[in-house]
Amino acid sequence: MASFSTNEFRSGLKVMLDGDPCSILENEFVKPGKGQAFNRVRLRNLKSGRVWERTFKSGESLEGADVVDVTMQYLYSDGEFWHFMEPNTFEQHQADAAAVGDSAKWLKEQDSCEVTLYNGSPLSVTPANFVELEIVETDPGLKGDTAQGGTKPATLSTGAVVRVPLFITQGEVIRVDTRTGDYVARASKN
Amino acid sequence: MDGWRPGASARTLRARAEVFRAIRDFFHARGVIEVDTPLIGRFGVSDPAIEPLFVSAPRDAIAARRFLQTSPEFAMKRLLAAGSGPIYQLGKAFRAAEEGSRHNPEFTMLEWYRPGFDLDQLAAEVADLLGDCLGALGRPLPAVSTAAYAELFEEVLALDPHSAETDCLAAAAAAFTDVSGLVLDRDGWLDLLMSHAVEPALRDRGLVVVKDYPASQAALARCVERDGRRVADRCEVFLGGVELANGYRELLDPQVHRERAAVDNARRRAAGLEERKLDPRLLDALSSGLPDCSGVALGVDRLLMHALGADRLDEVLPFSWGRA
Repeated sequence: MASFSTNEFRSGLKVMLDGDPCSILENEFVKPGKGQAFNRVRLRNLKSGRVWERTFKSGESLEGADVVDVTMQYLYSDGEFWHFMEPNTFEQHQADAAAVGDSAKWLKEQDSCEVTLYNGSPLSVTPANFVELEIVETDPGLKGDTAQGGTKPATLSTGAVVRVPLFITQGEVIRVDTRTGDYVARASKN
Repeated sequence: MDGWRPGASARTLRARAEVFRAIRDFFHARGVIEVDTPLIGRFGVSDPAIEPLFVSAPRDAIAARRFLQTSPEFAMKRLLAAGSGPIYQLGKAFRAAEEGSRHNPEFTMLEWYRPGFDLDQLAAEVADLLGDCLGALGRPLPAVSTAAYAELFEEVLALDPHSAETDCLAAAAAAFTDVSGLVLDRDGWLDLLMSHAVEPALRDRGLVVVKDYPASQAALARCVERDGRRVADRCEVFLGGVELANGYRELLDPQVHRERAAVDNARRRAAGLEERKLDPRLLDALSSGLPDCSGVALGVDRLLMHALGADRLDEVLPFSWGRA
């Protein structure tokens, strides 16, 4: 893997730091006119999700991390692993609970999502920003409720629980923003 | 498709021109003459923290390459030694690999020298000049204050930068950023603390003249005894927490100059950097007699950035490094 000097650090670059793959978020060059030059770098550890700032001497370098984001189709979960497939090559990958994390509750079979591979294995899974899921359980809607009304919890087919307007009923398909977990709209039924 | 466009808006270009004019009017009124020394010289500075860009003709040997000047200091000192009297230069300076929101490898520097001035007189003149430049853009000069380097370290970090052990400086730095794996000498840690902790604390203090730097950071300033401690007779001017200017009571003694260069070159060797030969013509000029003077270099692009409330130099330059 190539190595990258501090002046090549750009947002999105994946590097190895303390044995873990990290993504660079920001890189600020600081230098007193007469004095040592530094790069203040904000990074995200792609394993732990931790975000922090580390200062490097300018000109130091880090090894690149073999990390790529691939769009894949979610196939199914066998209880222990979640299985994904690259649509072009039909190559399949299995991700464990640590890699899938909270994304599990947004994964619907056949949907596309982003799988981050580290040395060829799934490191994390990011669902599409918007997913359409069916409500499997919610209290019955009350007569006369309108869009301005309150909300109630609804359980989706994947197990996720979101707040929906009172007029939404069991069996309906809704559109949800996976970044916030918010209800967006009723989805048109196909 | 918009890559051809400048970073600076038409309004910003007019502000740049206003500032250039305010600078020239200021010095004209004070009898300081404008000079234009070469941008390309045969020698570069020995400062271990400053790297030059080189220029060479297609078939030049490495020995024949020349340096784009990192500041016009050496040539201006030769003019002073030749009896120029007070002089200023408004032009480009170049520093390799310095690129960021506050750095551009090619930048506009204003440098001037005042025979007979001590550093306090020069710092007062810097404030006057900044007042004129900001005034030309309809902006007031903020409150002006002076603080010793050690006072600021005491206030912000509760430590004495002149006596604290290296370990102690490193421990203080760890409170501001993750420093794992960082190997620095004593001055390196001081630089880290200055840039990560002290500078941000100056953000709301207007114009601050920081003086009495550690003697180890004298560069080409004279060292003096102050309250029983040896310090560099050097000042830095911060505006809104951004370093804007760096002034020296200039070192006159060619022998001390040689010694400083030897220390610089030892540090360059240790850091795996190419050593720099001293400019013999500068040494001859110093031997012939540089008048007692103070000199200062000021970053004009940063001044514009501050005056216009810009976040990045790219917004105040016609074409920054990435667009050039």
